[in-house]
Amino acid sequence: MSSLIDKIAKKQFRSDVPEFRTGDTVRVSVSIREGDNKRVQAFEGTVIARKNTGAGETFTVRKVSFGQGVERIFPVHSKVIERIDVVRHGKTRRSKLYYLRDLKGKAARLRERSDSHDTKTEAKAS
Amino acid sequence: MVSGLIGKKVGMTQIFREDGAMVPCTVIQAGPCVVVQKKTAAKEGYDAVQLGMVEFVKPKRVKQPMAGHYKKAGVEPGRKLREFKLVAGTDAAVGQRFTVEEVFKPKDKVDVVATSIGRGWQGFVKRHHFRGGEGSHGSMFHRAPGSIGASSFPSRVFKGQRMAGQMGNARITVRNLEVLEIDGDDQLLVLKGSIPGPENGYVEVRRAKKIAKK
Repeated sequence: MSSLIDKIAKKQFRSDVPEFRTGDTVRVSVSIREGDNKRVQAFEGTVIARKNTGAGETFTVRKVSFGQGVERIFPVHSKVIERIDVVRHGKTRRSKLYYLRDLKGKAARLRERSDSHDTKTEAKAS
Repeated sequence: MVSGLIGKKVGMTQIFREDGAMVPCTVIQAGPCVVVQKKTAAKEGYDAVQLGMVEFVKPKRVKQPMAGHYKKAGVEPGRKLREFKLVAGTDAAVGQRFTVEEVFKPKDKVDVVATSIGRGWQGFVKRHHFRGGEGSHGSMFHRAPGSIGASSFPSRVFKGQRMAGQMGNARITVRNLEVLEIDGDDQLLVLKGSIPGPENGYVEVRRAKKIAKK
């Protein structure tokens, strides 16, 4: 990517995005406008994909709501996002967890990641 | 003050608006441009200025006649020359430099003129999005044009009938693009939407001629 494009794109990057990977459970606080009112709604689920780089970087969060699978795709640097909290680090062996769509209940769980780096970030968060 | 500038397409990216909307945008390096020649009503029959984009060119790459043209204006040789009208009631002198932040400001509407990417001779399907025929199931009609009109009346093909032919490599104008951002340090102009031509291609950016009614 051209450095001049980078210059334009980088200006709007968020600096408050925590480090998270696919498999992590995150709580995304999304600001919603209803007429003149603004309120914040949380969307908590598993990150099943992170795609693209630069200004167009997105991540997909999946949760099961009343037995119905729901996925939302957020641009990482979106201004709609108030904050992102990493709730749990999941252990995965692939970068895209689309197989979770076919699994239900207990089978759709991920084991907790336990490398030293993440315990540090967790300690900071709590 | 000139009404436009020569620029170079840098590429596309996205920008987040305040309300959270993500808008696609094109980054253009526009200028600085320098006035190389003035066209006057007395001599050429119309008023305009010829601008050159300030860019480094190896002196030996400049053709003799062009070198003379630049020398006459007392400016460094460039690669591209384009004519622009002056903004009514203003003037510009030969050798005067214009930067992007002088000519445009955010929320302005601009037109962009550029040469689209050439795709050569293309058939109906690619050029005009005609559907073509089935690939199989006994079909013997694949990407052929089909009928191009009736028979004895009118006994000719109507003008403008869409057929195969050269696609792209044409001068295209995109009107009323919004200026989102201006960066004076690198002479960058960020426009909402896309513009014709490849990256690193030369474009003309000018003040919008016809402002769209709201």
